[in-house]
Amino acid sequence: MKPGGDSSMRKGAGASLALLVIFLAAWQWGPGALGVPSFIVPPLSMVGAEFVHAFAFDHLLLHTGVTIGEVLAGFALGSLLGALFGYLLGMSPTAELALSPYILALQIAPKVAFAPLFILWMGFTIYPKILVAVLIVFFPVMVNVLTALRNVDPDLINLARAFKATRAQIFWKVEFPASLPPMFAGLRIGATLAVVGVVVGELVGGDVGLGYLLTFGEGQANTPLVFVSIVMLTLVGGIAYLAVVLVERRVLHYLPARGIAENS
Amino acid sequence: MSSPSASVPVRLEYRNVTMRFAERGGQRALTAVRGVSFAVGDGEVVSLIGPSGCGKSTLLNIGSGLMAPSEGTALVDGAPVAGPNAHVAFMLQKDLLLPWRAVAENVMFGVEIQGVAAAERRRRAANLLAQFNLAEFSDHYPHQLSGGMRQRVALARTLAVDPHVLLLDEPFSAVDAQTRMLLQRDLAQTLAREQKTALLITHDLFEAVTLSDRVLVMSRRPGAIVDEITIDVPGRDDPIARRADPRVASYVARLMERLDIAHAPLERQPAEGDA
Repeated sequence: MKPGGDSSMRKGAGASLALLVIFLAAWQWGPGALGVPSFIVPPLSMVGAEFVHAFAFDHLLLHTGVTIGEVLAGFALGSLLGALFGYLLGMSPTAELALSPYILALQIAPKVAFAPLFILWMGFTIYPKILVAVLIVFFPVMVNVLTALRNVDPDLINLARAFKATRAQIFWKVEFPASLPPMFAGLRIGATLAVVGVVVGELVGGDVGLGYLLTFGEGQANTPLVFVSIVMLTLVGGIAYLAVVLVERRVLHYLPARGIAENS
Repeated sequence: MSSPSASVPVRLEYRNVTMRFAERGGQRALTAVRGVSFAVGDGEVVSLIGPSGCGKSTLLNIGSGLMAPSEGTALVDGAPVAGPNAHVAFMLQKDLLLPWRAVAENVMFGVEIQGVAAAERRRRAANLLAQFNLAEFSDHYPHQLSGGMRQRVALARTLAVDPHVLLLDEPFSAVDAQTRMLLQRDLAQTLAREQKTALLITHDLFEAVTLSDRVLVMSRRPGAIVDEITIDVPGRDDPIARRADPRVASYVARLMERLDIAHAPLERQPAEGDA
């Protein structure tokens, strides 16, 4: 906890809540007051009504469920592969040297640009969406794990070696635990990026998912539905991020407490 | 030169050890230490002092089996050191505690690697922590401890593997002066009680004199041993009391003279770690 913890935290939470109320009020009455038509910015109550309508008639739950499933699958696969490659490259400098130009090129390439290609390959299924998410989650996790292994204090390795540690012991007792905090930083980034990857995939092609609902609303000039989709997507991303933070707190319990929104 | 009295068995010995490193990019080799020979007897504490970059840490790395010398041999209990050795443990200026392990688990790090049974590991850790007044901190994490406490945990971890020989590389140079004196006393008492053999690298001349039976002086790079001083003052197990002995001051004066500290130019200090 930060010094002065409780009272300053309560103040911060109070201010956050006040901001939310102001924002919602501005959303409800602002457009009308400024003469903005409701098909440009629908007021809060209209979006709320559309939410109920979409829930009842547009399979909002199904679309959300499909998107969550794709995000989960993409995030899990992407981070698993990212961590795996991070550890493999981290332990083999030769492999890293050989592969680093290609990894860099892939990292620079905008991953979402692959979405149409994947849809050409795999059709209007859930797989191209998952694949975009995998690709997009892979890099931050891999790069963080790789850098973490590079940055392990060589004296720590020597200490383990002096105790006659085997290569496997050095990995499991020193390198792997040392890589966890940066890996979690990568996973946090990955959790929000996974949503981006999936949505882009859904925007490009398909007939299910929140990204599809978004384009469907756009096609019908149904601005409230577009807003409903955006809110739901934000919710999905937020829950994914929070889930990572909660797991991180359990795993990295030995670190001094930190804030939720902290980046590293 | 540089041998303990004939009646004591030799624990650690350097025989004509020379170490050369390839210079970065170039073909030329940089000689860190040249022709170093000395022996440390059972239960003896020997300090190694010398200017920065004279190869003290290199000797320590060779003794712990992390580096192989270019020429010559290091021997522990009469056997040439061919790699890390369970009878030797080292401790550095950095405590090297693992932040994800609680204090007791850090103390058990070495014995765990060496495959000591879990019950025995816990017993040793508990004993050592009690000895260093750290029992109540067993379950704390390193970031919750002060620098001096962390260094005592590091010392407990070094002792937990029950080594014959301790190699100590400026173990207390990162803590404040008062804490350092308390740590020196803890170390001296432990070394005396357990009859451990130790080679101590230090820049602190008082530390060298008050903690040791003998002090070896090394020259500028390429490091060679240029002097050996036997500290003939009683009470090696109590450096704080020993410090008050007038002979200590004269030994320190002699070391200063030998190192030519009064006339040494202030030069760019090479990183001690790579030399």
